[in-house]
Amino acid sequence: MKLAWLLAWRNLMGAGLRTFLNVLVLSFAFVMILWMEGVMVGWDQQSKEDMRAWSIGAGQYWHPAYDAYDVLSLTDAHAVIPKETVRSGLVPVLATQASLFPQGRMMPVRLNGIPSQQSLLKLPTAALDTTMDAIPALMGTSMASKVHLNRGDRVLVQWRDRNGTFDAMEIELVDVFQTTVPAVDAGQVWIDLSVLQELMMLPNEATWLTMGEATVDSERMAPFVWKPFSELTRDIDAMIETKSSGQAVFYVVLLLLAMLAIFDTQVLSIFRRQKEIGTYVALGYTRREVVWLFTVEGSMHAVLAALLAAVYGIPLLWWQSVVGFTIPMDTEGFGMAIAPTLYPVYSLGLVVTTFVLVLITTGLVSYWPSRRIAKMNPTDALRGKIQ
Amino acid sequence: MEQSYLIDLKQVVKRFPMGKGSFTALKGLDLQFEAGEFAGLIGPSGSGKTTLLNIIGTLDLPSEGGGTVLGHPIEHLKASEAALLRKERIGFIFQSYNLLQVHTVFENVEFPLLLLGMPSEERRKKVMEALDWVGLADRHRSRPSQLSGGECQRVAIARAMVKQPSLVLADEPTANLDAANSHHVLKTMQQLNEAFQTTFLFATHDEKVISYLKRKIYLMDGQLVKDERV
Ligand SMILES: Nc1ncnc2c1ncn2[C@@H]1O[C@H](COP(=O)(O)OP(=O)(O)OP(=O)(O)O)[C@@H](O)[C@H]1O
Ligand SMILES: [Mg+2]
Repeated sequence: MKLAWLLAWRNLMGAGLRTFLNVLVLSFAFVMILWMEGVMVGWDQQSKEDMRAWSIGAGQYWHPAYDAYDVLSLTDAHAVIPKETVRSGLVPVLATQASLFPQGRMMPVRLNGIPSQQSLLKLPTAALDTTMDAIPALMGTSMASKVHLNRGDRVLVQWRDRNGTFDAMEIELVDVFQTTVPAVDAGQVWIDLSVLQELMMLPNEATWLTMGEATVDSERMAPFVWKPFSELTRDIDAMIETKSSGQAVFYVVLLLLAMLAIFDTQVLSIFRRQKEIGTYVALGYTRREVVWLFTVEGSMHAVLAALLAAVYGIPLLWWQSVVGFTIPMDTEGFGMAIAPTLYPVYSLGLVVTTFVLVLITTGLVSYWPSRRIAKMNPTDALRGKIQ
Repeated sequence: MEQSYLIDLKQVVKRFPMGKGSFTALKGLDLQFEAGEFAGLIGPSGSGKTTLLNIIGTLDLPSEGGGTVLGHPIEHLKASEAALLRKERIGFIFQSYNLLQVHTVFENVEFPLLLLGMPSEERRKKVMEALDWVGLADRHRSRPSQLSGGECQRVAIARAMVKQPSLVLADEPTANLDAANSHHVLKTMQQLNEAFQTTFLFATHDEKVISYLKRKIYLMDGQLVKDERV
C-alpha cells in the first residue's frame, strides 16, 4: 500500500512534463469547481442577507389574502394591525395598486406605506418625515431611472381608496436609494404609512408586518399569517440551484478534459511499460496488484492536483473572497436580489466533497484501462509482445 | 526422496495456440535440479529455452505434465501462491536487464526487499552488500540510464541476489553484452553460486556462458537431446 504510493510518486516524477500537464489541467478543474461553487454559496448568502436588510427582516406576517405575485390581491389584503403587538422591532407596510403619470405616460406601480421612523430596514424612510405641499416619496435607483425622475422631481400618482373611488395627488421624490433587492425597487414607490392609511381611508391597517426577530405568536397576530425567512427566500435557493447547475457545465467539461488526458496517459503507459509490468510480476507481484499499482499511480494525479491547486488556489480563492467578483450580466432580468459584487464563500465541506469527487473520478479513469493488466500474460508482457 | 530435488519436472508439455491449432513448444520434458547447481539450457532459437524457464519461474503454466519447483506443485499453483514463491525465493535476470528506469541503482536493488516488507536499516545493509558483490557500491545513486550495459546487468544480478533466493533464472543474460562484460558478469554469478550455493539456471546459446556452466542441457525442438555434467 505504502509501496504503491511510493512507486506511483517516483513514476509520475519520472514522467515529468506529462504528469505536470495532467496535474495542471486537473488542478484547474479543482479550483474552478471550488470557485464557482463558492460564488454560488456566497451569492445565495448575500442575496438572503440583502433581502433581510431591505425587505423581509427575520420573517413577515402576511395578510391571508396577500399574494406577492398578484397586485390585484392588494385590494382585499389589509387588516388592522394587532394593537398589543406593536413594538419597535416590527414594521407594518400597507400596499396598494396605483398609477404614476411621468411625462404624460401612465405606469402601474405599487404604492407602499411604511413608518418613516422605522430603523429595521435599510430603506431611507427618515427622509419621508417632512412636510410639503406634495406627498414625500422614495424610489430605488432603477425605478427612478425608468420613470426619468430625479430627487426633487414631482409626479402625479393616482389610486383608489377603500370605496373604490379614484383620487390623485402629486408626490415629490425626496430621496433615491440604491439597493440590490429588486423587490423594494422595481415598480415600487414608498411613502409614509400614516399618509397612505389616510389616503386609503384604512386607519391602522397594514398588508404585511416585517419582524426584526423571528418570534412567532400566531394567535395574537391573527388574521396575519407567519411567513418564515426560509419560505420568503425559497425563490433564491431555487434560482441559485438552477444557476449553479448551469455553471456546472463549465467545470464538468474541464474535469472531462483532465480525465481524458489521464485516461490517455494510462492507456499509453500500460502499452509502453509492458516490460515493467512483466518485471513487477517476476519480482513477486500478482497481476491484480499491478492493476492496483497503476490505479494508484493514475489516482495520484488527483492528489498532486489538489496540492498544486492549494499552492495557487488558496491565495486566488482567498483574494476572490476579499475583493469579490462581479458577474457580467443584466441584473434587470432577475426577479431577485442580485448583488453587483459577489463574495465567494468556501466551506470545508465543499473542499472535501470536491476532492473526494475528483479523486473518485480520477481513480475510476485510472482503473478502467489498468484492468487490462489483469488479463496480460506476464511472459508476453516481459517480451513486450502485447499489442 | 523426490522432495530433495530443488526442481523436479515430469513430462512437461507446453502448447501455444496458433491459428486454428496449436504449436507445441515443449514436448514432454523430464528434468531434475539439485540445490547449488550452475546449469544452462542450451539450444538454437525456438528450441523452447525461454518457455521452460518461464514455467520453472512460475510465470507460465505447463499445458500438460507438471512437477515441483522449490517444493510447490507447478501445475496448479494459484496466482497469489506463485507470486509469493517468486517474491521470496526466485530471482530473475533478463536479457534486457529490465531495471526500473525511474529508480536509482539503490532503489532497484532495494525493490525486492520492499516487497518483502523488510525494515529500512536492514534493507540498506543488504542492498549495499549486494552492490558490493557486483562491484557497484559506489554507483548506488546513479540511474540505470547512466550505466553501461554490463553495469546494468550487474545491477540486475544484485537485484536478483539481494533477497538470497534459492533459485536464480537468467535468460540470455549476456546477449546484449560484449565479451569483456560478459565474462565479468559470468564470473560474478559464478562467485555468488559458490559463495551462497544459490542455484543458477541459464537459457543461452552463447559460447561464453556455456564455458562457465557445470551442467549443460541441450534442447532441440522442445525435446531434451543431451544432459551433460562437467
Ligand atoms: N506466447 C507464445 N505464443 C506462441 N508461440 C510461442 C509463444 N512463446 C513462444 N512461442 C514459440 O515457442 C517456441 C519456443 O520459444 P522460446 O521463446 O521458448 O524459444 P527460445 O529457445 O527461448 O528461443 P530464443 O533463443 O530465440 O530465445 C518458438 O517457436 C516460439 O515461436
Ligand atoms: Mg528465449
